[in-house]
Amino acid sequence: MATVELLGKTIQLDEDGHLANPEEWNEEIAKEIAKQEGIEELTEKHWAVINFLRKEFKENGQVPSIRKLTKQSGVNTKELYQLFPKGPAKKAAKIAGLPKPKGCV
Amino acid sequence: MTDEITKVSIVVSKGSLDGVYPGLIMGNGALMEGIDAMLFFTFFGLDAIVDKRMDKLSVATVGNSAMRMPGGMKMPTLLGMIPGMSAFATHMMKKEMEALDIPPVREFIEMISDAGGKIYACKAAMDMFHLTKDDLCPQVDEVLTVGEFYEKSAGAQIIFT
Repeated sequence: MATVELLGKTIQLDEDGHLANPEEWNEEIAKEIAKQEGIEELTEKHWAVINFLRKEFKENGQVPSIRKLTKQSGVNTKELYQLFPKGPAKKAAKIAGLPKPKGCV
Repeated sequence: MTDEITKVSIVVSKGSLDGVYPGLIMGNGALMEGIDAMLFFTFFGLDAIVDKRMDKLSVATVGNSAMRMPGGMKMPTLLGMIPGMSAFATHMMKKEMEALDIPPVREFIEMISDAGGKIYACKAAMDMFHLTKDDLCPQVDEVLTVGEFYEKSAGAQIIFT
């Protein structure tokens, strides 16, 4: 399994390059992954998305669809694509330390 | 990877609910993956972006040999003609899609447009059906000729549905 050095810690990744163990995630790690994904600074809106994804994952065991996310997190579709350009669902999940979303919508 | 897909151009030519959704799902799915997407609605596919019709698309039950009844038994195609069959199949499909978090057509078009996808209507089909831009939903970016469609599709994989 692939690993990555983040903030002096060795962290295991799954086959998609997302954290293998969501429990290892913390806000500092999120900032590091975000930088690697080209997002220099995580704003309040970014955190609203990240926290919503983590809450959903904890409750339902899966990353929610974009539709659910935009309906319930307070961040709309346009904003979501601006916050996480080029593939918001995957990118946001990656920064949130969660696996790649499995749904089609 | 050099052969990554960076843009898709999806042609939606059918106006039944089951004819429209594949294009919408593929277009939206592309945007979710960071792939540019444009959708071109032509012939009966135009109904998906005609403001007065887009909420009323239905499943075609006549001549659909893959149609199955709830429970999975095959439905004889002749039964598709029975009044109310299409309405019933449409109701069932909408229910199943809502459960999968797939939005209704209008919301889906809005979602795709908000996500940066382009929505185009086919000029020839508009003329044929005597439609004007005013008949279309506000998310439609432009009415295109076939030539313009190819120009806009530059660098894209074209997908016909």
